[in-house]
Amino acid sequence: MKYYTSLREIQADLNDGSVSCRQLVAYYLKNIEEKNAQLNAFVAVYGEEARQRAEEIDLKIAAGKAGRLAGMVVGIKDVLCYKDHGLQAGSNILDGFVSQFTATAVQRILDEDAIIIGRQNCDEFAMGSSNENSAFGVVRNAADVTRVPGGSSGGSAVAVQADMCLASLGSDTGGSVRQPAAFCGLVGFKPTYGRISRWGLVAYGSSFDCIGPITKSVEDAALLLEIMAGADEFDSTVSTQPVGDYTHLSGLLKHPLRIGYLREGVESEGLQPEMKQAMLAKLEVLREQGHTVEPVDFDLLSYILPTYYILTTAESSSNLSRFDGVRYGHRSSNAEDLTSLYKKSRSEGFGKEVKRRIMLGTFVLSASYYDAYYTKAQKVRRLMKEQTDRVFEKYDFLLMPTTPTTAFPIGDKTEDPLQMYLADIFTVQANVVGNPAISIPNGVDAQGLPMGLQIMGKPFGEAELLAFSNQITETNTAQPSVA
Amino acid sequence: MQIDKATLHKIANLARLEITPEEEAPLLQSLENVLSWMEHLNELDTDNVAPLTHISSEINVMREDVVGDHLPREQGLYNAPSQDGTYFRVPKVIE
Repeated sequence: MKYYTSLREIQADLNDGSVSCRQLVAYYLKNIEEKNAQLNAFVAVYGEEARQRAEEIDLKIAAGKAGRLAGMVVGIKDVLCYKDHGLQAGSNILDGFVSQFTATAVQRILDEDAIIIGRQNCDEFAMGSSNENSAFGVVRNAADVTRVPGGSSGGSAVAVQADMCLASLGSDTGGSVRQPAAFCGLVGFKPTYGRISRWGLVAYGSSFDCIGPITKSVEDAALLLEIMAGADEFDSTVSTQPVGDYTHLSGLLKHPLRIGYLREGVESEGLQPEMKQAMLAKLEVLREQGHTVEPVDFDLLSYILPTYYILTTAESSSNLSRFDGVRYGHRSSNAEDLTSLYKKSRSEGFGKEVKRRIMLGTFVLSASYYDAYYTKAQKVRRLMKEQTDRVFEKYDFLLMPTTPTTAFPIGDKTEDPLQMYLADIFTVQANVVGNPAISIPNGVDAQGLPMGLQIMGKPFGEAELLAFSNQITETNTAQPSVA
Repeated sequence: MQIDKATLHKIANLARLEITPEEEAPLLQSLENVLSWMEHLNELDTDNVAPLTHISSEINVMREDVVGDHLPREQGLYNAPSQDGTYFRVPKVIE
């Protein structure tokens, strides 16, 4: 089977008959069979169902009635509801849970004839930056199996990296789509908050959570976004702004562009040297193309992570109160009364990091500390939003590395939560302020590990952001890693 | 931020979690570390800043109140650890 990097290539071959959906599904299933035991990207594979759906879609293609995603084989992160399929959010507390409805984003890609091949491993309740916090075990990076794939959508990234599917749907609360995409040499896209309905997405931090695609190409991310985005009567926070035409982007960008780059994104001491060089090289290319390229000082940078963790732990402690052993999920067999049923079910079902975040969130929301932590963080969030808006009054895009380093070794940061939280330093800003951001491949380091370049855009500036990402990808000389 | 064991268990009770004796010390340590790190925000002057409470650009989104498809009872009860065909079952609450 040819190594495809975009749906366009696949559909060209489907149309001239040189490949079929059945062959594509068989190919991906074979890859899953060969690689998944080691990589642990999928927690459930819908083989028979995918084969059957492939046959149906092959018939539709022959009849000229296929949807826009015909030929796209997709994996979904274990936080997205898909009716009559299991859903666990990587947690023992949802052991045996079966979705009773389908997430809006998932339904929309199904309606366009995407084939869903399975459910993908992730950090428990999407809390983590390494995919080491899953009830299903650690996921391994296909570029180096001793290293993490990033998280929390680690399984979703590795599945695309190792060619077990063409694209994945993940979720991004603080970088959970972009950071694993960067660690695995892929495109990871987080849209503006509210661009895609969250209906059917297991909630972590509801004012941060976004569904986003992980793909091999910017054009596939654009196509998936266009299909998933838009109003939905099941989510009152979803934007009712019209969805742009994200698949016809030529001629959209003015020239020259005003490009800002985060000064710490090239000068920070914690930055891996190759990451800095790759950033500087990219900025030089943009200057040579005639764009204005200037450093931006975001003096609130060091406050972003504490703000993010106060607000998301608070929101998650509230969201995760629904897991109580009563209506679904794990129920302790050691309970004596209702209170002990809650406590024992939750204590047995949740993992260590999830419990830590629930405790932190409960603490910052408790009466004595609410103003000192939670309200304070909400105020700082406004400062960050205002400062970010000012940056975008002056610049069209803000560039920085997606991560300070490439993928780190498994076990490296598991003992110290603060070290793990710092892995998200460059990605959380987009979630705190709600702007769209994308990670695109930016070469590899001396050990051959993928590096990511992050581009942040204006709220609802998805079309311009994707157009610019396309343009910048064309200047890439290094190939993304192929497992 | 210093937290004592009584506060730890008070918070655990609010969160409906049980902390085992072995978990106490490491959890206290990691909570204190993270909370101290969060306190860096106190370096910022936010006296005249209103809290940002909503990030969505949509305000008071309403839709028509029309009868639609609901989750049928069997489906609603499908994932229940204990149920009697009509209700979820839990240990006795009132003596």
